[in-house]
Amino acid sequence: MEHVAQHSDPHYDQEASKLGMWLFIFTELLLFGGLFIVYAIYRFLNPEAFQMAGHELNITIGAINTIILLVSSMTIAMSTSALQKKNKGLTVLLLEITIMLALIFLINKYFEWGVKFDHGIWPGSEHLLNDMGHGEVLFFGLYFVMTGLHALHIVIGMIIIIVALNKVQKGTVNADRPSLLENAGLYWHLVDLIWIFLFPLFYLIH
Amino acid sequence: MENEKHHIVPYKVYIYILVALVVMTFMSIGITKINLGEYSVLGAMIFATIKSVLVLTWFMHLKFDQPFLRIMVGFVILVFFAVIFITFLDYYYR
Repeated sequence: MEHVAQHSDPHYDQEASKLGMWLFIFTELLLFGGLFIVYAIYRFLNPEAFQMAGHELNITIGAINTIILLVSSMTIAMSTSALQKKNKGLTVLLLEITIMLALIFLINKYFEWGVKFDHGIWPGSEHLLNDMGHGEVLFFGLYFVMTGLHALHIVIGMIIIIVALNKVQKGTVNADRPSLLENAGLYWHLVDLIWIFLFPLFYLIH
Repeated sequence: MENEKHHIVPYKVYIYILVALVVMTFMSIGITKINLGEYSVLGAMIFATIKSVLVLTWFMHLKFDQPFLRIMVGFVILVFFAVIFITFLDYYYR
C-alpha cells in the first residue's frame, strides 16, 4: 500500500501534455492569424496611409522590445535544460530573469502607448477621427488591438511562469515531471513568435 | 524509450540561436532603412519567417519532438497561408 501511495500520479503523460499545449497554441496562432489577415487586407487597400501612420511608431523602442523578448525566450528555453540537468538553482534564476524581462517589456509598452496618448492617438480619440484619414484610423486601431492583445498574452505568460517557478521551487515540477515548465516555455515562445511578426509589420513600414 | 532519455539541449546552442535572431532583427531594420520600395516589406517578412523557423525548431524544441508534432505545425501553417491566399484572391480580383 505504501508503495502505491508514493507514486503521485500514474497517469502522468509528458507527450500528451505537450500535444495538448500545441493544440492550444494552434488556436492562438489562428486568433492572431485572423488579425494579421485583417491587417494585410487593410494595408493592401490603404498603402499610403499605413506608411504615413507607421512613421509615428518608434523603431528604437520596438527594436529594444524585440531584443528583450528574444533574450527572455532564450532564458526560459535554457531553464528547461537546467531543470533536466537537475540544476534547480539555475532553473529558478533563469525563470526569474525571464519574468523580469517580461516586466521590462511591459514597462516599455506603457511608455510607448503613453507617448501615443500624449499625441492624442488612441482608439476613437477625437484627433484620430477628425484630423486623420480612414487608413490611419485602421492602422492605429489594429496597432492598439494587436499589440494590446499581445501585451495581454505577456501578462498571462508571466502568471504561468510565476506558477511554474513556484512549483519548481517546491519540487513538484522536476526533471521527471517537467511538463508544466515545458508548456510554460512553449506559451512564452508563442508570445515571442507573434512579436517577431508584429515588429516588422507595424514598426518597419517605410 | 524516448521518454527515458529526453534530449537535453546544451546552453550554448540557445546562445547561438539568440545571436542569430538578434542579428536578423538588425538586418530586417537595416533592409527597411534602404529604400527598396515594395521589396523592403518582402525582405522584412523573409527575415521574420526565418526567425520564426529558428524559434519553432530550437526554442520550441520541435527538432527533438516526435514527427507528428512537426507535421501538425506544418499543416496549421499551410492552412493559414491557404486562407491568406484565398482572401487575397477575393480582394485582388474584385
